[in-house]
Amino acid sequence: MSDWWSMGGYAAYVWSSFGVAAVVLVWNMVWPYVQLRQLRRRLRQEEEQV
Amino acid sequence: MLMRWFHQLGSPPYFQMLARRLSPWLAVPAVLLTAWGFYAGLVHAPPDYQQGDAFRIIYVHVPAAWLSLFVYTAMAVAAVIALVWRMKVAEAFVIAAAPIGASFTFLALVTGSIWGKPMWGTWWVWDARLTSELILLFLYLGVMALENAIEEPRSAARAASLLAIVGVVNVPIIHYSVEWWNTLHQGPTVTRFDAPAIEWSMLLPLLVSALGFTLLFAWLVLVRMRVILLRREAGSRWVREWLQNP
Amino acid sequence: MSGFLAMLRRDLLLLARQRGEAVHHVLFFLLLVALFPLGTRPAPDLLLSLAPALMWMAALLAALLSLDRLFRPDLEDGTLEQLLLSREPLALLVLAKVAAYWLGGGLIFVLVSPLVGLLLGVPAQAIPVIMLSLLLGTPVLGLIGAIGVALTLGLQRAGVLLSLLVFPLYVPVLIFGAGAMQAAIEGLPAAGPLYMLSGLLLLAISLAPLAAAAALRISLE
Repeated sequence: MSDWWSMGGYAAYVWSSFGVAAVVLVWNMVWPYVQLRQLRRRLRQEEEQV
Repeated sequence: MLMRWFHQLGSPPYFQMLARRLSPWLAVPAVLLTAWGFYAGLVHAPPDYQQGDAFRIIYVHVPAAWLSLFVYTAMAVAAVIALVWRMKVAEAFVIAAAPIGASFTFLALVTGSIWGKPMWGTWWVWDARLTSELILLFLYLGVMALENAIEEPRSAARAASLLAIVGVVNVPIIHYSVEWWNTLHQGPTVTRFDAPAIEWSMLLPLLVSALGFTLLFAWLVLVRMRVILLRREAGSRWVREWLQNP
Repeated sequence: MSGFLAMLRRDLLLLARQRGEAVHHVLFFLLLVALFPLGTRPAPDLLLSLAPALMWMAALLAALLSLDRLFRPDLEDGTLEQLLLSREPLALLVLAKVAAYWLGGGLIFVLVSPLVGLLLGVPAQAIPVIMLSLLLGTPVLGLIGAIGVALTLGLQRAGVLLSLLVFPLYVPVLIFGAGAMQAAIEGLPAAGPLYMLSGLLLLAISLAPLAAAAALRISLE
């Protein structure tokens, strides 16, 4: 198991690559929904003010 | 029939409803396929005889590179539709696709750079593929920066669309010129960013990851488009109705 | 056609009244080339190897810095709106403006390049190719730059944004232009890159004015 983890000595490179991929992809999946929620909140506030 | 559906799709409220319905059907397969592709690439694929386990980076790098080009092309097609038919939904696609495409390009560059270090000893290698990807990143950033800089939203979208079209015409030219430049100054070593992907157990995770990334793009572009359209049409009745129903 | 010539004549007249512009280009080119060796060891072989890159970077920077005068003066005095309304095809008028701009800019580069070549120790037989590559390449820089200027015309300060938009599009010109120069300096045939430059020029002349005209309409709507 630890053999696989070390990736034949290239662990740092392989895991950092997949790590960056995870960060970039997760960010892209989360951020638009955060924007949707913020937008909904802001528009509701503006509606109530009217 | 097709034309009617096409114009129907151009209506923001119809699009919003469609996008909302489609999202889970895209999101779930996207995440599953990508996860499986990564897993298979890390565990099942046999190590490369030349590059050992480092070649596994290919399972991120190559799909990201493919998507970076695919998204730009899709963005340009939407840009043509946006300019010719003045379609708001198409404009939203252009603006929504750019940051996602830039993310894929960034990913391709970073993983390419990381891959280069153990293979060719330096953090950056001026080979044709990486250099073209770098210029592609600048093209994406240009579209994003231009749209950001112009205040009026529709003019901003149209300007960004025109730039995307100019860019897409240039991409093959830039790619060819960089290839030519690279063969001119080629050292004795040839950088190889493709593993010998003939073996099926090596190829399958690659294709699955690529498909996963594509579905991810489709899902994410729809969500971003919803945000853009809702923002732009904030005062209208369909947006107010959307606010009512959670 | 008459609209094209009228536009060309007008812009050239305006240019002639500001002869200082042309001198600026000469000075910029010479200054850049004179300053560069000061930043490194002035070894002849080093300078010679960097000569193509240096000359083309100077051409790119000069094009970028002077692109403003392509449309902005006309925007500010209201002429541009008139041009959009005129019966002449806007793309043709754009082509005329870029031609005038090039005659007062890129052409100067071509003419000064032998002197610059001398400073960098370029062999005499390479000079014709150097001039030809600049002759073919600098108009492309102007044509592509026009698209960038037209897209950012509505913005107050578009300098850096303009560079970001335009530099990636300049890459093929840089590669083939410098490639041609490099080949000539080494005594190798430069026909390949020169042909590519000609192709780029033809493409730019036919397509760039259309894109720039569309961009003008978008910026002014």
